[in-house]
Amino acid sequence: MAVDEQLRIELGKQGIFVTTIQELYNWGRRSSVWPMQFGLACCAIEMIATTMARYDLARFGAEVFRPSPRQADLMIVSGTVTKKMAPQVVRLYNQMAEPRYVIAMGACAISGGPFKQGYNVLKGIDRYIPVDVHIPGCPPRPEALIQAFMTLQKKIDAQPLTGEGRPRHLDAEAQGEFPVPEQGEHDLEPTSNKGVWTVPVVIR
Amino acid sequence: MASSPYFSLAVLFAAALGFGLAPLGLAWLWARVFSPPKPNAIKNAIYECGLESKGDAWVQFRSAYYLYAIIFLIFDVEAVFLLPFAVAFTGLGAAACAAMLVFVLLLVEGLAWAWAKGILTWA
Repeated sequence: MAVDEQLRIELGKQGIFVTTIQELYNWGRRSSVWPMQFGLACCAIEMIATTMARYDLARFGAEVFRPSPRQADLMIVSGTVTKKMAPQVVRLYNQMAEPRYVIAMGACAISGGPFKQGYNVLKGIDRYIPVDVHIPGCPPRPEALIQAFMTLQKKIDAQPLTGEGRPRHLDAEAQGEFPVPEQGEHDLEPTSNKGVWTVPVVIR
Repeated sequence: MASSPYFSLAVLFAAALGFGLAPLGLAWLWARVFSPPKPNAIKNAIYECGLESKGDAWVQFRSAYYLYAIIFLIFDVEAVFLLPFAVAFTGLGAAACAAMLVFVLLLVEGLAWAWAKGILTWA
């Protein structure tokens, strides 16, 4: 139950702070997103720069890059995902604690980027895991990553705790396991997770 | 009951117990309501940087590897000490040279022992 915005402002003028459990909960969640220490390619250099003093991701409560998926909430897929690496990325995503989020950073993580025609390059990590924010760029500047992070924070803020659109960990029915692809004879098998990605219909 | 001299103690004891248990209970309740676990087979698997772990962690190493450790020690420690020795060689007295010679001879003795034992030959 949301508090009327006008009433909240009026109460605020009188020195009364009104909030809801949902707002408090989401405020805590969005202010303590811990990314996983996980870089794939050149975008990772920009990701590292983002955490350093000049761009200072710590302002958003996200400076603690965890070296283990058990302690991480956010996976920044920073760089080209090769088909050799894709199963590991999906497995790490599976091993992260709920609620977990994914930022696909850079052209490669989104779509394969300049290496899209390569036989060994995955054409976007969103074929296997649900991506929350995509950032274009080759590589994206640290400002772009911060923008993506703020977008993710807005998304977390807007997530209701009950009903439609709640985070996966609060939904007992929601499936938390995303199948890890295996190396097939010519390609990864399956070539995409039908649950998170629909194969586009090519109209010729 | 309230007239008992230990009544106030009992009240304090109950309060102390509640003071300790209430946060634990709240934490448990919070975790249950707001952070229910969602385990699955992949999540519960051993973390190996994304790879599937293979084999057993209880691996035994052959004790015969001590020979490699000794050989490594002979050459590595020798190199570490020989370099400053060579740099300072012109300014050293006879006693320092003799001490260094003894040290090198000790290491050479180890090498001779290893040689005689036949571990320098490629098996």
